[in-house]
Amino acid sequence: MTPITVRVDGASYTDDVEPRTLLVHYLREQLGKVGTVVGCDTSNCGACTVHLDGEAVKSCTVLAVQADGSEVTTIEGVAGGAGLHPVQKAFHEMHGLQCGYCTPGMIMASIDLLKDNPDPSDDEVREGIEGNLCRCTGYQNIVRAVRHAAAEMRGGANGVPSGSVSPAVVDTAAAPHVAVQS
Amino acid sequence: MIPAPFAYARPTTVEEALQAIADCGEDVKVLAGGQSLIPVMRLRLAAPETVVDLGKVAGLRGVRDDGDAIVIGAMTTHSDVLADPLVAEHAPLIAEATGTVADRQVRHRGTFGGALVHADPAGDLPAVALALDAEFVVAGQSGRRTVPAGEFFVDYLTTAVGEGELLVEVRVPKYTGWSMRYEKFNRVAQAWSIVAVAAAVRREDGRIAEARVGLTNMGPTPLRARQVEEALAGAEATAEAVAAAAERAAEGTDPTSDLNAQADYRQHLAKVLTRRAVSTAAGL
Ligand SMILES: Cc1cc2nc3c(=O)[nH]c(=O)nc-3n(C[C@H](O)[C@H](O)[C@H](O)COP(=O)(O)OP(=O)(O)OC[C@H]3O[C@@H](n4cnc5c(N)ncnc54)[C@H](O)[C@@H]3O)c2cc1C
Ligand code: FES
Ligand code: FES
Repeated sequence: MTPITVRVDGASYTDDVEPRTLLVHYLREQLGKVGTVVGCDTSNCGACTVHLDGEAVKSCTVLAVQADGSEVTTIEGVAGGAGLHPVQKAFHEMHGLQCGYCTPGMIMASIDLLKDNPDPSDDEVREGIEGNLCRCTGYQNIVRAVRHAAAEMRGGANGVPSGSVSPAVVDTAAAPHVAVQS
Repeated sequence: MIPAPFAYARPTTVEEALQAIADCGEDVKVLAGGQSLIPVMRLRLAAPETVVDLGKVAGLRGVRDDGDAIVIGAMTTHSDVLADPLVAEHAPLIAEATGTVADRQVRHRGTFGGALVHADPAGDLPAVALALDAEFVVAGQSGRRTVPAGEFFVDYLTTAVGEGELLVEVRVPKYTGWSMRYEKFNRVAQAWSIVAVAAAVRREDGRIAEARVGLTNMGPTPLRARQVEEALAGAEATAEAVAAAAERAAEGTDPTSDLNAQADYRQHLAKVLTRRAVSTAAGL
């Protein structure tokens, strides 16, 4: 066992861990932070993304012992208290999820992207979250959600990026046979 | 899956790290960013008895100016390399190739040195280091030695870094007046190169004075396309001349056939990507 001290979502923990413990398992099983999920065995899916000292990492590909002395933020701490982070809110409003399994990782990766690029284009969003896989949405509404959040975080007009329309309008335009329910 | 149990050492200096490796016998693995090692340990393709973590070793991270070269510490992360002004100015090919590695999460952890020592034939940085004639500074208990890029990549996943040694830094000559391009062919996001080509070109009065071309995934180690380089030296900087030289890119290569591509397709790709990389680098 190796002793580690980490700050997770604003609280400090000192624990003994087996060196082989992956950070994601430490977070979920030892700290009960089950908001962070595991979606693969190959470091590809990004579902486990957290921030380690402010940078997005795949917590299934970091050992808990490597996080010693560091600050971790998970999806559970991202809003920093009550309410939702603007990116969480945007995923909700723009229908950026279906089953929701990829969502914690998508949100953590998107926040990291927006820190480097506060006004990404559609292509830049797609590239920025290339480390995160979604099996449900087809990504369209995820991209809209990230751009919507970006506008809101920049304090743009009504938080809506130019040319941004609600998903219902877009989806109906793409599939005119779908009746709009009002 | 989680890795098999292992003993863990967390040295804080290069000397301590070398001592820890020496103390642990044969079945020891060095841990840098862990972005190649942890996945293979999770899949139980590797189960070292001891892991020596370089994460807290001082002095291995960062890029410094050293006169006619820049020196990149082995533990400099991919994202640090991408943001570094010295790399951008003197060896932009490294930044361009690094930007194609994996995804931003992996780039936050994975290191320049780890990617080079891992020496995956599909890895993007080995061919770049080879094309740029980098020098590798390797430390052992008996001292430090410098290995030229041409001797560093020995075989599949094998470099000149011996048992009990560490890569500490990489010296890259400053390429003043050169232009560069990395052309990577892969099918989906965060995927490894099926083939990629690293090109650096120096133009002089409408001619290509010198060119360096490195090939990714065209054999068990990265390769230099020497025939292309010779055909380009002194050639007119025209699309035709570059296309003719690029036809020689597959000479002497020995690519593998796998699920992604057959060997003959890889050889075709090497020519096409060489033409594109050299053309772009030459401003054509
Ligand atoms: C999803 C995913 C996608 C990826 N895609 C790409 C890609 O497209 N292109 C690409 O090039 N790479 C890719 N990678 C690999 C990535 O570049 C890794 O960062 C790199 O291969 C290893 O660097 P590391 O610091 O993580 O090394 P580690 O995983 O820590 O170590 C790798 C190996 O090198 C040894 N080692 C590391 N540092 C030293 C040192 N200083 N001295 C001696 N030995 C050392 C270790 O013992 C180990 O054997 C990908 C990885 C993942 C998880
Ligand atoms: S669980 Fe899939 S990348 Fe971490
Ligand atoms: S919403 Fe189901 S995986 Fe993305």
